[in-house]
Amino acid sequence: MTGFPRIEPLGESALLVRFGDRLDDAVNRAALAFRADLERRPVGGVAETAPSLGSVLVRLAGDAAAVEGALLDRLAARAWGEAPLPPRRRWRIPCHYGGADGPDLAEVAAMADLTEAAAVVALGAAPVRVLALGFAPGMPYLGILPPRWDLPRRTDLAPRVPEGALVIAVRQLVLFGAAAPTGWRHVGRTAFGCFRPGRARPVALAPGDEVTFPAVGADALEAAAAADRDGHGGATWEAVA
Amino acid sequence: MIEILEAGPQTTVQDEGRPGFLAEGLARGGAADRRALREAAALLGGAGAAIEVAGAGLRLRLHAAATVALTGAPMRADVGGRLLAWHAAHALAAGDELALRPGGGVFGYVTPAGGVATEPVMGSRAVQAAFGIGRALRAGDRLPVGGGTVPERRLAAPEDRFAGGTLRCVPTPQTALFAPAEVERFEATAFRRDPRGDRRGVRLASDAAGFETAGQLALLSDFVLPGDVQMTGDGTPYILGPDAQTTGGYPRIAHVVAADLPRAMQAPPGASLRFRMIGVAEARLIALSRPATAPLLRDPTGIRDLGAFQLIDGVVDARG
Repeated sequence: MTGFPRIEPLGESALLVRFGDRLDDAVNRAALAFRADLERRPVGGVAETAPSLGSVLVRLAGDAAAVEGALLDRLAARAWGEAPLPPRRRWRIPCHYGGADGPDLAEVAAMADLTEAAAVVALGAAPVRVLALGFAPGMPYLGILPPRWDLPRRTDLAPRVPEGALVIAVRQLVLFGAAAPTGWRHVGRTAFGCFRPGRARPVALAPGDEVTFPAVGADALEAAAAADRDGHGGATWEAVA
Repeated sequence: MIEILEAGPQTTVQDEGRPGFLAEGLARGGAADRRALREAAALLGGAGAAIEVAGAGLRLRLHAAATVALTGAPMRADVGGRLLAWHAAHALAAGDELALRPGGGVFGYVTPAGGVATEPVMGSRAVQAAFGIGRALRAGDRLPVGGGTVPERRLAAPEDRFAGGTLRCVPTPQTALFAPAEVERFEATAFRRDPRGDRRGVRLASDAAGFETAGQLALLSDFVLPGDVQMTGDGTPYILGPDAQTTGGYPRIAHVVAADLPRAMQAPPGASLRFRMIGVAEARLIALSRPATAPLLRDPTGIRDLGAFQLIDGVVDARG
């Protein structure tokens, strides 16, 4: 194995620029900054770029070797992990934890060596950052949670979780953008619409945004969601300078 | 215009999908069998959105004359009792009722000349119902079409990709996480297409033990692409389809090349599938060929059926 960053083929018509193989703040920052630079100053022969937790996908429209050479030059140009984050928002997204809305909460609390109530308090106050959008449209991977939340995924695919489900594993939270089966652990439910094709801003969150998931009762969540015509489930946000 | 008279729950409008939104987590989507779209484009002299039919029949009525291409998994097709050859384009008249019944394979395609002309969303007509982009077709839907008639043609040599077979694939960034002996065992295993599967991907079954890597449950989530062969925690492989997620945390042992992905998606439950690793340089040289076509000669059997139908109903078909 060589070190990072490294460029590898992803299928026959894309390249993957990886900055690390484990969750790390500098690795994620590097991916966000490098991708932003590729958008600002495009490389020829590239059809599309996208950032993830620790990598940048480069979809090819031209010669792979020429694109790879240009990417290597760009990688060497600076220390990408030290680049600033893009402008961002700070979101508060209400969440109902436990019960039928979070059937794995008890197990997750036990794995984190907490009572259920203490787990809700901790998760409801934890500030996390949108590390990447993926899996389903506008669906955020959020982190990085304290080490006690370094929980493995399940070994089997769980039953489907609904849209709006808050799930946890490997020091991250994911807010489901669509109903889907998952190997992550289901602890709560929000009414947040990650993606609404008809909305002025179809994808609500952006990489780098800060988020907390304050605990609310099921009734309060329903009321907030019913009053929110934009499909943000009663969430509020402010710009961060 | 095409009026849907009867449709199964997985009948949708599909085209080449909507590339360009991976950064926002939106999969490209589009037809599960891209080759079927290219076949329709070759038959009709131009690309267009198709009606994708999966696992059920379809009945529709044309409100204006149009040439209609039938591609992908062969289905039994008839218009007013006259059987239509599959892998071909047929000139249909205003008022004609086209009825399809399932055959082998999984995904059949009905493409009118000029394509289905529904309103594009984010640059594509492809339905991604799971994400709220469009919905499955149902009885009563009326679809605008580009329209027009072109000469009736058939595919000169339809690629038989509807009963499984061998899939060429390339390594992924996670292939090296599997021991070389595990990758060899993967290539040597005869898999079966499991009944579980849809446009997101197909599950494979086998008599072999699960394929596992060390530490795969803590893998950093990263991009996945249609064609990736993903190993879930119990070592069961899934081949990801056009509506698969854009990122995932399970290791991908291989990636099926684009030219062979239609064969994977069209394999019916129970069909045998095998994998053969090739190098990325070799895979990049595999061209997506333009399907060859030839003039369509009417099947005499079909003409006899038409005659019988005319005797019964007393209808005169001006097209002879």
